[in-house]
Amino acid sequence: MPVVTYRDALGAAIREEMQRDDRVFLMGEEVGVYNGAYKVSKGFLQEFGEMRVVDTPITELGFAGVGVGAAMVGLRPVIEFMTWNFALLALDQVVNAAAKMLYMSGGQYKIPIVFRGPNGAALQLSAQHSQAWESWLAHIPGLKVVAPGTPYDAKGLLKSAIRDDNPVCFLEGEMLYNTKGDVPDEEYIIPLGKADLKREGDACSIITHGKMVLVAMQAADQLAKDGIAIDVVDLRTIRPMDVEAITTSVRKTNRAVVLEEGWEVCGVGAQVVDHIQRECFDSLDAPVIRVHQADVPMPYTKSLEKAAKPDLPKTIAAVRKVMYLD
Amino acid sequence: MVSKKKSDAETKSSANDAELLHSMLLQRRFEERVAEAYALGKIGGFCHLYIGQEAVSTGTLSMLRADDYIITTYRDHGQALARGISSRSVMAELFGRQDGCSRGKGGSMHLFDQNTNFLGGHGIVGGHVPLATGVGFAIKYRGGDQVIVCFMGESVVNTGAFHEALNMAALWKLPCVFIIENNRYGMGTSLERASAIHDIYERGAAYNMARQQCDGQDIFAVRQAVGEAVERARKEQQPTLLEVRTYRFMGHSMSDAVSGTYRTKAELEEYMKRDPISLLRAKMEKDGTLNEEQLQKMDADIKAVVQDAWDFADASPELPLEALYEDVYVDTTT
Repeated sequence: MPVVTYRDALGAAIREEMQRDDRVFLMGEEVGVYNGAYKVSKGFLQEFGEMRVVDTPITELGFAGVGVGAAMVGLRPVIEFMTWNFALLALDQVVNAAAKMLYMSGGQYKIPIVFRGPNGAALQLSAQHSQAWESWLAHIPGLKVVAPGTPYDAKGLLKSAIRDDNPVCFLEGEMLYNTKGDVPDEEYIIPLGKADLKREGDACSIITHGKMVLVAMQAADQLAKDGIAIDVVDLRTIRPMDVEAITTSVRKTNRAVVLEEGWEVCGVGAQVVDHIQRECFDSLDAPVIRVHQADVPMPYTKSLEKAAKPDLPKTIAAVRKVMYLD
Repeated sequence: MVSKKKSDAETKSSANDAELLHSMLLQRRFEERVAEAYALGKIGGFCHLYIGQEAVSTGTLSMLRADDYIITTYRDHGQALARGISSRSVMAELFGRQDGCSRGKGGSMHLFDQNTNFLGGHGIVGGHVPLATGVGFAIKYRGGDQVIVCFMGESVVNTGAFHEALNMAALWKLPCVFIIENNRYGMGTSLERASAIHDIYERGAAYNMARQQCDGQDIFAVRQAVGEAVERARKEQQPTLLEVRTYRFMGHSMSDAVSGTYRTKAELEEYMKRDPISLLRAKMEKDGTLNEEQLQKMDADIKAVVQDAWDFADASPELPLEALYEDVYVDTTT
């Protein structure tokens, strides 16, 4: 099977959907002439022309709204945010327009749109460029929220997101774009709302999504050397969340660590733990532990940044703690 | 390319003065009954009346084709009626009933109607202006010759969304007509206390956009200005910023006193001398196209239509509880 980068998997998904459906277009800052800030749309302008690969001014609120308006009358926009940090300027359009149009119009106006871009921290980008927004977005009824961790999932889920008739927030990762994985040549799609059991084990569940899937897999590898077999549940979609997959895993392992990039308070992990305590109460052998970013704005200082981020040692320590090994 | 659809000139000539008067009077009588229904508790929430501004809605929408698009703010009852959404379905929406144009889920601020390309009343000041640019983009994308008319209050011009949306509409040459209904007050804050310039159509200069100001109480002035803007959008794919000077005869919303705090009774009375309906009526009487008897008959017919809308709305049920979770997501993919 061909080995492809996460970046090229995303690019292939958009290209294939644009070839398949001429209502699909890509709009955002630097998507055309510049080939994409992260080169996801390399060569698109030459292939599809400037009506379908639209460079915008730096105007997130404006072009997010342009996408929603175009979706109201039948187009299927893919709106690229250079990062989700900048998308905060556009949240009125995402939350007040895209997410609510169907409901407040009594079912008349669906909004088939994808808002996508990198989410979470990279390296030393400091406080304003290092944030993970999935819990904010997943809070909103009317939105779907997707956060793939591998190239295979990135392609299959993005194709589904583009075909979905609802607004989908698609969270990528700056540190993921160069990662590689198997991606078949044949077309495939991955349905939204389905978790993936990335590793099977019986000792403890790690429930995670997005960039932290890689950390969870590394933790599983390392713990396996000590004979500890981890179930790695990759949620892939945050909303709707595949709660059955969580239930199944935790009822099997009786222990859970919930790992995410974002902050602790009201985070995605809090939602997962809420589900576990209701559906797996009698199965638990230990309290659930969460691993997340420290409750501070991201520092620039290298050592402090490392201390703030969820990582492999913190994840392993959490697993050992729920197993009462330390 | 020769369009088989009616040209703007034909549309213009087809609307006669009596039809215009009927449309405006329907909005006036409708809103009067809305105020009554609100007082009786049949309508809840925020409710913003259109009384005083009817020449803007009727004047503008009488210049559009059936396949053109309209998007507006939360002060949307008048435009919905002027677009031809039935008074029954608008009233039922205000009553929160299932026969309302948004099934009762939107209410006063969120009237939508796909049949007339009425893309909604929107509740966040400025938020709908980028949507209009997006509709203009979609029209150009498909190679169509429709236009999108975007109504907004004058307070919108101070939002970032307005600036971002107008810049892109001009940059990309989109068939958008942005109509500022300058009714002088954003809630209780006068234009002069909110905007650094007072001839706000001049904001269009920042986007190199065609711009104009017109009298919003004179329906013929509105039709003239809108006609030119629509022509520019349809034929040249160029947007226009049109400032229509009007006045709201009622408070900002139902909870707002008509006068006394931010404006004086004297000011209100001065503006009410230029009631757009009275001005059209006087013109028709002068032209000999309307006599007292005809006016009385029109008024009686309209009152009966509005009473029928009230009765219809009152008899319409609320959605069943199962509908709570409907319309959050579409259960389809393409």
